[in-house]
Amino acid sequence: MTASVAPNAAGGASALSFYDTGGHHPENGTLLGFWLYLMSDCLVFACLFASYGVLGGNYAGGPTGADLFELPLVAVNTSLLLLSSITYGFAVISMRHKRQGATLAWLAATGLLGAGFVGIELHEFANLIQHGNGPQRSAFLSSFFTLVGTHGLHVTFGIVWLLTLMSQVATHGLIAANRRRLMCLSMFWHFLDVIWIGVFTFVYLMGALR
Amino acid sequence: MSEQTSLGKLVFGRLTWDSLAFLHEPILLATFAGVALGGVLIVAAITYFRLWGTLWRDWITSIDHKKIGIMYVILGLVMLLRGFSDAIMMRAQQAIAFGDAMGYLPPHHYDQIFTAHGIIMVLFVAMPLVTGLMNFVVPLQIGARDVAFPFLNNFSFWMTACGVALCMMSLFVGEFARTGWLAYPPLSGIIASPDVGVDYYIWSVQVAGVGTLLSGVNLIATIVKMRAPGMSMMRMPIFTWTALCTNILIVVTFPVLTAVLALLSLDRYVGTNFFTNDLGGNPMMYVNLIWIWGHPEVYILILPAFGIYSEVVSTFCGKRLFGYTSMVYATVVITLLSYLVWLHHFFTMGSGASVNAFFGITTMIISIPTGAKIFNWLFTMYRGRIRFEVPMLWTISFMVTFVVGGMTGVLLAVPPADFVLHNSLFLVAHFHNVIIGGVLFGLMAGITYWFPKAFGYKLDPFWGKCSFWFWTIGFYFAFMPLYVLGLMGVTRRLSHFDDHSLQIWFQIAAFGAFLIALGILSFLIQLLVSFMRRESLRDTTGDPWHGRTLEWSTSSPPPAYNFAFTPIVHDRDAWHDMKQRGHVRPVTGFVPIHMPKNTGAGFVLAVLSALCAFGLIWQMWPLAALSFVALIVATIVHTFNYHRDFYVAADEVARTEDGRTQLLASHV
Repeated sequence: MTASVAPNAAGGASALSFYDTGGHHPENGTLLGFWLYLMSDCLVFACLFASYGVLGGNYAGGPTGADLFELPLVAVNTSLLLLSSITYGFAVISMRHKRQGATLAWLAATGLLGAGFVGIELHEFANLIQHGNGPQRSAFLSSFFTLVGTHGLHVTFGIVWLLTLMSQVATHGLIAANRRRLMCLSMFWHFLDVIWIGVFTFVYLMGALR
Repeated sequence: MSEQTSLGKLVFGRLTWDSLAFLHEPILLATFAGVALGGVLIVAAITYFRLWGTLWRDWITSIDHKKIGIMYVILGLVMLLRGFSDAIMMRAQQAIAFGDAMGYLPPHHYDQIFTAHGIIMVLFVAMPLVTGLMNFVVPLQIGARDVAFPFLNNFSFWMTACGVALCMMSLFVGEFARTGWLAYPPLSGIIASPDVGVDYYIWSVQVAGVGTLLSGVNLIATIVKMRAPGMSMMRMPIFTWTALCTNILIVVTFPVLTAVLALLSLDRYVGTNFFTNDLGGNPMMYVNLIWIWGHPEVYILILPAFGIYSEVVSTFCGKRLFGYTSMVYATVVITLLSYLVWLHHFFTMGSGASVNAFFGITTMIISIPTGAKIFNWLFTMYRGRIRFEVPMLWTISFMVTFVVGGMTGVLLAVPPADFVLHNSLFLVAHFHNVIIGGVLFGLMAGITYWFPKAFGYKLDPFWGKCSFWFWTIGFYFAFMPLYVLGLMGVTRRLSHFDDHSLQIWFQIAAFGAFLIALGILSFLIQLLVSFMRRESLRDTTGDPWHGRTLEWSTSSPPPAYNFAFTPIVHDRDAWHDMKQRGHVRPVTGFVPIHMPKNTGAGFVLAVLSALCAFGLIWQMWPLAALSFVALIVATIVHTFNYHRDFYVAADEVARTEDGRTQLLASHV
């Protein structure tokens, strides 16, 4: 109601400005938004970890983790994933130095390491299923396959995203939009590494001890 | 021949002509006829008035938060009609099915109805209405031009809409779950529920859940990053505060829902043993996980309603809200505590006295911040110049009704009492008491309050008052008898009773449901009457209620860019402050405004998700696989679009703002 406004109210208006006449641009929230998404994803993993925590000992007369896990293979797998985080880190450094070729090369290395990780995981799964130890065997194996498989699925999607982004960087260069996307994928990739450290410790190492 | 059948089986999965349930049941057939007729009429009307282009350009592909908000509200209101039909069918059944009379609903149909009623009212009515109001109001209240991720917003809406569509489809194609709204296993497991009902339940909730989660992320980023200069956290309007807390709750709880339903679907599709009775499964883990989502979910609904009441009370009492700071802290405390009470939904699980005591106490503690809020609203009213407009009436009715519901909640929080009342109609009365008396009344207040902002004219107050009185009185008639019945030991979800002495209470409850039907009808009439009388109800000022927050500083309806110049905030109740200090609305010097472009990508992606879900429900594997691949490809294609924004030219802004200047001048 403009009618109720005193036109020169005690000089307040002259001292204060009420409108940003310069064309206000709010900060870009993409990284925050993506981080929030990652935290929600983290909660999906929290639920899967919790299920494994509750059901991980319910072998239903079937094999235990100590019977099934091949720790050397898992060690190789873990090294591949941890290395891929380092290579992604180098990709980000190259990106900061505006070196497109090096960025792409490091991204390719990351993708290959990730693919190796997924390949070994699939091999492990196939082996288990072949010997009758599929996810239907016991609640322990259900929660094992789901937790590890969900992580593997995330890595797979990460690789698809990585390939997409590589072609975008190759065509459009390291423009602001692509740099932002690379940072998002970087968070995603490192996040999966962190989750894997949990899986490695909680599922494989402690499972081998149980 | 047999090859053809196996090919048919591959393509159509479990879907056969027999799946079209409505062909066999007269009630469904009549409903289908009504829906089909309505659908044909709408399509014909859109074609006749040549609105398809407008519909696609201005609505379906719109990334304008205001339009998306309006679409959410329309979706919620349409689904309110569906959810309420379920309710009145149940009330009618329970009022007549005594002794030899079996009523008109067979148990397998009745069970689908109470399941659908629950999930629809919570996820497809209350959630879209709440999300819609937040979407519409929050950017305006914080002086922003849109949300942080406008495309994502459009996608979220269409995911929600597609989840709703899947749920509605189950009415005619196949059936819905017969498990209760949270689908506890082992009842929802593959052995007890081999049909498509639970699959419809799972996938409609999953698809809509993705939408809700992403809109939660979106609104948090919006509130954190896009507030107008000068609007510190403690200067945000209370509705924005509650929206922030609600969206934080969405982001921390919906993943749990996604995860637990994914596990249930693995049990059903792959044969895993998470929640089975044998091979080491543990059904109680499902109950725990789903309530870790389910309890905060009701706070997701109520917190924005609290925000609406706060805005309404301070506006219609013409006073700054009493105890702003305590209101903020109460909201934050409720947010935190809501995550620590889930076990009170199953004290009878047998977790032991200490666990039950912990959750009983945390539950009771929630009444403290909630009580603080009630006192804040009361003290705001105290010595205020109260205008009894329709939103204020809803608010007052809320304060009485919600306190009753809150107190029965505290009764239920006492574990020994809960052992008696668990799963009784007392519980049903309690949660309807807080959801209708809290959430729904708030949404009605909010819709009435912000309607002129969205459409440029007020809602007709006479029919608004009719709706208000019918709803309020109808609520008491419908649910007070259920408290009585619950105390007498009647359990929920029964479709038939033997004890005739109970019948009178159910008849009173049915009468209450009838009154609520009149309330809903009055609301629909109100929409129609207001539209017809829109010229006399027109809001030319942009500030029809003498509002206090920034959404009232722009025109009604606001231009696509919301604010020609971003406001600078110097106080809480920024718009009130501006009016007090005699701000002058700038009429020259406009600059180009950076805006996002419309896109159909969100709609396409959501429809592909729904197709994939439909394929999974009916086990049409080729359809599911194809639409999944198409979904991935469409997502990737969308990421190759780098031209997502444009500038509104300065002279176009000037034209729009000059129009408003003239409007304001002509109505002084």
